[in-house]
Amino acid sequence: MTDLVLGAVAYDQKVVPIWDGFLHYFRARGLPFDYVLFSNYERQVEAQIRGSIHVAWHSPLAWLQTERIASSLGRRAAAIAMRDTDRDLCSVILVRADSGIDAIAGLRRKTVAVGARDSPQATLIPLNHLARQGLLAERDFDVRVFDALVGKHGDHIGGERDAVRALLRGDADAACILDGNHLAFAREGTLPAASVTVVAQTGAYDHCNFTVLDDVEPEKVARFRELLLAMSYADAEVRPLLDLEGLKAWVPGRVTGYAQLAEAVDRFGTIDTFVRSVEASCR
Amino acid sequence: MQVDLGSLGFAEGGYLLVKRAARRVAPGELIRVTGNAEDLEIHLRAWCRAEGHRFDWRPSHEGAQGQGLIRAGVAETERWAAAAHVSGAGAHQDSVAEHAPRSWGLAARGSTVEAGAPEFGFQLTDKVEVWSDDAAHIYQQAVAAQWDPETAIPWNASFELSDDLEDAVVQMMTYLIENETAALIVPSRFIAQLHPHFREVMQVLAVQAADEARHIEVFTRRARLKRSRLGRSTIGGQTSLKTLVDEPRFAVASFLLSVLGEGTFLSLLWFIERYAPDPVTAAVARLAAQDEARHVAFGLAHLSQHLASEPEFRPRLADAVRRRHDALRHTAGLNDEVFDALLLMAAGSWDHDDLRLGHQRMMQLIHDMDEGRRKRLVRLGFADDEAAALSVLHTRNFM
Repeated sequence: MTDLVLGAVAYDQKVVPIWDGFLHYFRARGLPFDYVLFSNYERQVEAQIRGSIHVAWHSPLAWLQTERIASSLGRRAAAIAMRDTDRDLCSVILVRADSGIDAIAGLRRKTVAVGARDSPQATLIPLNHLARQGLLAERDFDVRVFDALVGKHGDHIGGERDAVRALLRGDADAACILDGNHLAFAREGTLPAASVTVVAQTGAYDHCNFTVLDDVEPEKVARFRELLLAMSYADAEVRPLLDLEGLKAWVPGRVTGYAQLAEAVDRFGTIDTFVRSVEASCR
Repeated sequence: MQVDLGSLGFAEGGYLLVKRAARRVAPGELIRVTGNAEDLEIHLRAWCRAEGHRFDWRPSHEGAQGQGLIRAGVAETERWAAAAHVSGAGAHQDSVAEHAPRSWGLAARGSTVEAGAPEFGFQLTDKVEVWSDDAAHIYQQAVAAQWDPETAIPWNASFELSDDLEDAVVQMMTYLIENETAALIVPSRFIAQLHPHFREVMQVLAVQAADEARHIEVFTRRARLKRSRLGRSTIGGQTSLKTLVDEPRFAVASFLLSVLGEGTFLSLLWFIERYAPDPVTAAVARLAAQDEARHVAFGLAHLSQHLASEPEFRPRLADAVRRRHDALRHTAGLNDEVFDALLLMAAGSWDHDDLRLGHQRMMQLIHDMDEGRRKRLVRLGFADDEAAALSVLHTRNFM
């Protein structure tokens, strides 16, 4: 029986112990499983389209890339599972408390710090939120990008931390970050108490998912998903892995939480070139 | 359950109140959180997501920012479901286990340790091998008896010895330094192998190592008081000490080092204190002897307890003495220079009558050492004749 091969992006060194641990878990339960790591999501998306990997642990942007390429090739992508923590995230736009800005309109002709160019949470979704309110990036305000690890789709927290520091230094008038990082930065002291206020909050959206295409053996995928959803936080063997990956439980995948990001990439044309080039090479 | 944070920010410490509430309710139960802090909803939402609680927000509740509705999740309960209590059997929270699992790791006795913690490679995990009921008491005594080398010794006392006598003192100190170095290394090595569940034993060994560090300091300082160069170290002396340093078994090492070696050293140090030609030499010997007495007491205490539950271990201790004797059979044992230095010190001069007296005193020392060893062996349950036979086999290097 051949292995079910999963792809994941190495956005941090901890990715290796996480997937080594899961590999052991799956194999111990009779699922022939292996994984490969990619340095960026675009490489992983292309590998999945070409059939080199069967399941991809995708960022929301990589999910959209895959879904669009698959659709144009007459194939179908499915999100089979995700973390409990991948559901209902939101992003916030911060300004300094003493800035006098108390509404989105106040950002006109100002500088807005964002995370990596391809970060859904720290760039694409918040900039789309501003556009919905009539403020278009680079037309109505300047954007300062903190491009930590492009290709990792914002998985690395560094860009958001840099954006917040720029805001506090006065090098930017606003900063866009994930709600969870707002809490983390406040707790660790990066954001001193009462130093910033939230001028806007996006709607809720979803994050990563396990993506499969329609050409993978359904029994194997079903077994993978079954074992994944059976992982229990009470199990001392997997709990450290779940803690590392940042979840308490795997939950069924859903694709209803990607509308804001889809609107953003349509508006900004973020993935058009990549999607077209993979489509062309795979036809 | 209701939690009102008032104006307290969630990140400022408000999360502690919500966390406390979540621990007090059963999974699935509702916690209502209210507050006026600006970011309350954003922070609560993010925190609940990360902690596995379900979250809903009801805006503008009775003048506050709004109300957070939290359904407590199961993660906290699941994390601790298979946790172990770090203690032995019985109702006492601090009771010592007969066997300490490596998965308890560094967790304090009496604590609760999460299942799945990494295993540490501790080798000494059984109470019978290491434990003494007297350990806590001996540790307390040791801590109370610590002395400061700077103030406890009259370094500035005025004295002048003949060159030969000063050389003899320097040679004795040189010998003491290398012996105390072995006595520091041996317990230090076992600290790293000992399961920290046996906390008091670990603490006794740690203070023992610290005692030896101080002894090395004061012996070195006395040696260098009038001389820049120290005395001689011989193959025989170092070979004897190496058998101690290389001994892999805790109980055997403890028997050879603490009971036989340091026990013998007690007689030696009191001998030096008695015949010391200057107040500094007398003081360093006296203070070291007081510490060594505790090391001997602990060795005797835990070996007595060990032998009480495993009497069959006694012949293995006797074998260890014989093996060490065989290993050292073809070495000189004690450094001649040390024996000569002790004799000259006990004589006090090159005068014939003094030398004769010095020799008699040395013979008395050897006799006292032998008697002390036999008494300690008898305390460990050896018969008189076996104790006498084993005492004779003890290394000529004293330690």
